[in-house]
Amino acid sequence: MSEKKIVLDARGITKQFPGVLANDLVDFDLREGEVHALLGENGAGKSTLMNVLYGLYKADSGEVKVNGENLILSSPRDAIYKGIGMVHQHFMLVPVFSVTENIMLGAETDHRATPNESPLVKLDRKEVAQKVKSLSQQYGLEVEPAAIVGDLPVGVQQRVEIVKALYRNANILILDEPTAVLTPQEADDLFRIVHELTTRGVSIVFITHKLKEVLAIADRITVMRGGKVVGTTTPQETDEHQLAAMMVGRDVILTVEKEVAHPADDVLLVEKLRVRDVRDIETVRGVSFTVRAGEILGIAGVQGNGQTELAEALTGLRRIEGGTIQLAEKNLTGKTPRIFTESGLAHIPEDRQRHGLVLGYTVADNMVLCDYYKAPFGVNGVLQQKALDENSRRLIQEYDVRTPSPYVSAGKLSGGNQQKVIVARELSRANVKLVVANQPTRGLDVGSIEYIHKEIIAMRDRGVAVLLISAELDEVMALSDRIAVMYHGEIVTTVDAKSVTREQLGLWMAGSKVQQPAA
Amino acid sequence: MQSAEEKQAPQGWKRIGRAIMDAALVPVLAIFSAIIVGGVVIAVVGGNPFAAYLGLIQGAYGSTKAWSETFVWATPYIFAGLAVALAFKGGLFNIGAEGQLAFGAVATAWVGYALPGMLGVELPAILHIPLAIGAGMLAGFLWAAIPGALRAYAGGSEVINTIMMNYIALNITSFLLNGPMKDNNPLNVIARTPEIAEGARIPVIFDGLRVHWGFPLALIVAFLVWYLLWKTTFGFEIRTVGANPDAAKYAGINYKRVIVLTMALSGLLAGLAGAVEVTGLNYRHELGFSIGYGYDAIAIALLGRTHPLGVVLASILFAGMRNGATRMQFLTQIPVDIISVIQALILLFVAADAIVRYIYRIKAKEDRLVLTRGWGG
Ligand SMILES: Nc1ncnc2c1ncn2[C@@H]1O[C@H](COP(=O)(O)OP(=O)(O)OP(=O)(O)O)[C@@H](O)[C@H]1O
Ligand SMILES: [Mg+2]
Repeated sequence: MSEKKIVLDARGITKQFPGVLANDLVDFDLREGEVHALLGENGAGKSTLMNVLYGLYKADSGEVKVNGENLILSSPRDAIYKGIGMVHQHFMLVPVFSVTENIMLGAETDHRATPNESPLVKLDRKEVAQKVKSLSQQYGLEVEPAAIVGDLPVGVQQRVEIVKALYRNANILILDEPTAVLTPQEADDLFRIVHELTTRGVSIVFITHKLKEVLAIADRITVMRGGKVVGTTTPQETDEHQLAAMMVGRDVILTVEKEVAHPADDVLLVEKLRVRDVRDIETVRGVSFTVRAGEILGIAGVQGNGQTELAEALTGLRRIEGGTIQLAEKNLTGKTPRIFTESGLAHIPEDRQRHGLVLGYTVADNMVLCDYYKAPFGVNGVLQQKALDENSRRLIQEYDVRTPSPYVSAGKLSGGNQQKVIVARELSRANVKLVVANQPTRGLDVGSIEYIHKEIIAMRDRGVAVLLISAELDEVMALSDRIAVMYHGEIVTTVDAKSVTREQLGLWMAGSKVQQPAA
Repeated sequence: MQSAEEKQAPQGWKRIGRAIMDAALVPVLAIFSAIIVGGVVIAVVGGNPFAAYLGLIQGAYGSTKAWSETFVWATPYIFAGLAVALAFKGGLFNIGAEGQLAFGAVATAWVGYALPGMLGVELPAILHIPLAIGAGMLAGFLWAAIPGALRAYAGGSEVINTIMMNYIALNITSFLLNGPMKDNNPLNVIARTPEIAEGARIPVIFDGLRVHWGFPLALIVAFLVWYLLWKTTFGFEIRTVGANPDAAKYAGINYKRVIVLTMALSGLLAGLAGAVEVTGLNYRHELGFSIGYGYDAIAIALLGRTHPLGVVLASILFAGMRNGATRMQFLTQIPVDIISVIQALILLFVAADAIVRYIYRIKAKEDRLVLTRGWGG
């Protein structure tokens, strides 16, 4: 290992944001062909460090060497030129462009023989498509060059991002929380790809909050906390508990502890619900189930089997085609989101930046996004700034949201802290009878996950009904009292969470027929 | 760590001060750049830029009378600029201020000259002025509600609809002023209404100066718009719909209703611009008096960063330029049209703020990069 040459070497990186020292004299290096995992709490400064290495942010001080050469990276263009590629999540692709066009974007080949020729020559898509094909074969990155990116599942979009980086000859690849939005299958595919890339000499920085992943694929692990590097270790030398403790600075209980549930009356009653997705395809096909007060019903299923549409329908965001929804004995079929929330719904949405937040609003404003019109926040149509302030200060404290103040715009928070703002807001709402939690802990660090799991269970114990939708099978199994398995828009079975194995769930999720009678 | 962060985080007035500095930086530099480039243009056409600007400033702000006239100009600018700015905050582009303003003026003028006759009584000012102005506001409100409803319920682009509706409004106005509403004084040959009743006129503030109480009213309305947008729950809804319609839906906001109302309120403000011009300055509506206010308003809203305070300042600047231009031409023979060039330049620099930032080497605020962080942050 150690004789491998160092391809990327950052020394003493310091980056100050207003009110936050995001990186404090950070040293970080990357060796040829290794996977170097970067771990740390939400807001520890991981993304900031990577954005500095990628030239998006300019460090206040410190130096970066690529292949031994001192560099001043002042834009991603420089970084790309030096062979650094970065995969952010899906927002970097143009959804209406094809895969080929997305890959060409910013790297259009110039076919002019002389500079005097018109620059308005035809874009050579064929050549690029060819190269995309060969790249994807070479690395086992299956992508269809002609497909429109917006139609592709997230996992494939991510592959497009990787191909895009490779197309630009990246030999250093930064992956910022690549698995957060992937299904377990897609994540496995990604690991295979990562492995393939490293054997070909590509060096990879891998940011994630999932400790199991880190131990499985990293060669080295660096942990950050509060803008500083806490230490660097290897999977051989450490384990999940030690990593968690390093990250958070205290012991974290990685298993969920809960008492038996005492379910009472039905709170949510769904019957023969049918919903269409954006492409007008029926993705929820006659689903019926109930969630009772004081229990957590988990929905297990491979993403894309109708969970998104189900959650949107249950919160009034999506029109339903048929069936009924009853919440707290009120028929809410076809009602607006406001009526749902008024009837006691709290909703942690799947897409935090699209539905959950107004990025330009302050944290304080975001924390009343659904309740702004009600006392104590809105009185006679006037916003009560004082109540907003108090509310946000309390929630920031309780949920440990890392922000310099309640008046920072939500867009400036780290990804995980944005999520915490939403979770804090939704779980703290008054008179909640049902929580629909769609990917509630996506992008959160282990410490925050522990806290939010505790909160969800506490809500259950207070008699709230919880519908949990999560791509993390572990999370579903750990939190749920009952588990409904969703496949192809239908609930194939509902079982007691204690009496089912991971393997069995996995089979049902993959579409195998249910043998035993449903619980 | 928390306490150190708290100390560094700007609080209260300091925070507000910094926000104002941040917001004003680019507009101020844009104005500065436009003045420089405009000066070069003046020099190229053979004028003396210094003399020209001196004349302009004198004409605009050099005397009590100059200030009075500047405020007279600024009054409709403020109302119309607020109209565009309010719509902007709600994510809507109201290009229709011109038409809404014309209808406002027509309605106000009608109430101003015809109502007493119809009722058979002279109305007291305390009743007549509000009625006349209210009619103008209502006209703007209703006229703008149409493109708002088309946008909310049929997905029709409010940009295109408001532009088209400007033509409709101006043609209807032209018809009215040439026909049913024409001033039938035998000496009159132009398309205009009769004069409004004495009781419907907003008085001037100082004898001998044209500036009337419509200007303070504009300042009060600017404050009210600010209050509406930032202090009320309805303003919260408007801004949420403007900033993130999906989140607005999620938050349970009836966004269709908000869109219609935002557009209608924007029209109300534009209608107010017309109403106050009629009751405070012209005492009648005349075809062609307002041409361009509704379009200048877009520039003013942009220069003012769609903030009511910014709109007021931008209005006073634009008004000063319009007002001072005559004196500049008188002193230096440079045609008043140079003002349009400078105004266009200001707008260009404000719109292309990346250029301004580049010229003055201002670091773009890093939150601009938020999108590129993806959801994983
Ligand atoms: N553009 C910005 N403006 C102001 N502050 C910022 C900005 N970007 C990040 N920060 C702050 O810097 C700190 C580090 O953020 P960063 O995004 O690097 O965290 P992270 O380790 O990636 O966290 P997460 O796991 O939640 O993604 C946070 O406190 C955040 O609020
Ligand atoms: Mg991050």
